[in-house]
Amino acid sequence: MSEEEEKKTFDWLPEGMEPLADGEYDAIIMGTGLKECVISGLLSVQGMRVLQMDRNNYYGADCASLNLTNLYKKFNAGTPPETLGANRDFNVDLIPKLIMACGNLTKMLLHTKVTRYLEFKSIEGSYVYKAGKILKVPATPEEALRSPLMGLFEKRRFRSFLLFVDQYDETKPETFQGKDLTVMTMRQLYESFGLVPDTHEFISHAMCLQLNDVHLGQPALATVKELQTYCYSLSRYGTSPYIYPVYGLGGLPEGFSRLCAIHGGTFMLNRDVDEIIYNDKGEAIGVKSGNEMARAKFIVGDPSYFPKEKVRATGQIVRCICFLNHPIPNCGDLESVQIIIPGPQVNRKNDIFVCSIASAHNVSAKGIYIAIVSTKMEGNEADKEVIPGLALLGHIMQRFTMVATTYEPVSDGNDDKCYISSSFDASSHFEGDVEDLLSLYKRVTGKDLDMNINADSVEADY
Amino acid sequence: MSSRVCHFKLVLLGDTAVGKSCLVVRFVRDEFFEFQEPTIGAAFLTQTVALDDATVKFEIWDTAGQERYRSLAPMYYRGAAAAIIVYDITNPDSFAGAKSWVKELQRRGDTNVVIALVGAIAGNKADLESRRKVDFEEANAYAEENGILHMETSAKNSNNVRALFVEIAKSLPKALQQPEREAFPIVMQKQETRNCC
Repeated sequence: MSEEEEKKTFDWLPEGMEPLADGEYDAIIMGTGLKECVISGLLSVQGMRVLQMDRNNYYGADCASLNLTNLYKKFNAGTPPETLGANRDFNVDLIPKLIMACGNLTKMLLHTKVTRYLEFKSIEGSYVYKAGKILKVPATPEEALRSPLMGLFEKRRFRSFLLFVDQYDETKPETFQGKDLTVMTMRQLYESFGLVPDTHEFISHAMCLQLNDVHLGQPALATVKELQTYCYSLSRYGTSPYIYPVYGLGGLPEGFSRLCAIHGGTFMLNRDVDEIIYNDKGEAIGVKSGNEMARAKFIVGDPSYFPKEKVRATGQIVRCICFLNHPIPNCGDLESVQIIIPGPQVNRKNDIFVCSIASAHNVSAKGIYIAIVSTKMEGNEADKEVIPGLALLGHIMQRFTMVATTYEPVSDGNDDKCYISSSFDASSHFEGDVEDLLSLYKRVTGKDLDMNINADSVEADY
Repeated sequence: MSSRVCHFKLVLLGDTAVGKSCLVVRFVRDEFFEFQEPTIGAAFLTQTVALDDATVKFEIWDTAGQERYRSLAPMYYRGAAAAIIVYDITNPDSFAGAKSWVKELQRRGDTNVVIALVGAIAGNKADLESRRKVDFEEANAYAEENGILHMETSAKNSNNVRALFVEIAKSLPKALQQPEREAFPIVMQKQETRNCC
């Protein structure tokens, strides 16, 4: 640092302690994961003074995209082999997710105009595993009619089901066709169109992106809305409903961090929080890092920054990051694909997700494909749980496996001024995570985030 | 004026409070008046330089304070065709800082990024030489060694500011100009036009 920064003094500062950064803030955000960065961005746009810290020397926390050096370091895997290519050509996601083109994360990117810092490309193919085969999820009515997923009569029923879903509007009773989706379960809805269980499975898992079969017994509305999002997203950009930021998902938190910074936020990477400071009412009032301390009205962070008693475990997710020197076999030689293996197909409750992204999206050197297999753990042998996914990949050059415990906060944070996000879920997209983000935003600010975006307001003002 | 417009991303680097923003504001405001307060809330600023054979349009990214604790994101460096690394000629630490920013950029940025090392002159020429702590020749020698441009500028009386950007514009390989946007911008689909598969 070239400037001798003038150290301020504060009467609350204990003897021997120095102020951390500017000393006094409205909010201290711990961790630079996507959720934390969105919150810090939104708060500083509203004029709050924000300090955001991360113990790592990179942005993104659990959802970072790492270069080779950081990836090998994280997995204690030694030095990356030179044959893989240049370090900076790699941006390997730690959490594999894709963005629904017309989903809530997209709305949030548009709402905040963070789209200005990012470029997106669509994912080429969306596939589903059925009876040992990888089949394309139909993208058009024509494809649906040719698809080996269903028999001839089933295809017609599938088509009328999709037509119903397309025109369904919960504010217009004339679109209901006598079906009350707030009462009728998803299973009943399928059955009312005469669809067979095989088709339920493929629609629910590969299109509505349900992780298990719990939704079948619940009111159909939520699942129908997810199908609508899938269909709108698909019609938006072509061959799959997913888009993905060039250079990896890590660009998302980075983009929101810039939003925060241009509105005055302070950033400290490579800086851990040693202790959260509370007042005698048990409310968080600041943090300590080394011999420095900063105060704030409240604290936000991911579960890893808080004491064990403030969070509870919700499950475990296994994720295998694999380097391949070829595209995933049987997917039309496409570089970027998602394959969903519905749990019931392989005697599991939870689906297994496989996705592959490569140099066209600037996440790897040319000729190297990054495939990630993930699923919610049902037993305690991580390697066993991912076998059906790994089996689809062909030859694997290098594999990194991690098992992450997911956490959620035990309270809403209003009593202790510790607003904690939940860990990223096991799904292959961000829709559930955005729900958590919106809830976090509401807990912090007491307001709902206005997500109504008018497409016309997206001017090219850069 | 040529009809060919080349777009380039230019990033600012350098330690806190050496005059990075002032430099850009001087450059951009000299010709454009409609911009808002640039220090707060500006995603990036744009300005053009007309050359004989082409018009160069700069998309200028300011550090927005993320350099203070060396917390610039990789996104910042990515795709930058040019970088201006600023130091304060009265502050030798900022010159040492500038050298480390050159290294950081070479590590993170594209290999053919055009780098300009800029000694910012704050205050008036008259009292300047007495306060100067970074020798012009020394900085020049360092720049030459590293194959980068070097200039001293004053945002206060606009000395050399425009010349700096013209010099950078001339050095940019126009043939390798960046497309304005390679991938598509994302937009929401209107509900009325929705069309299910």
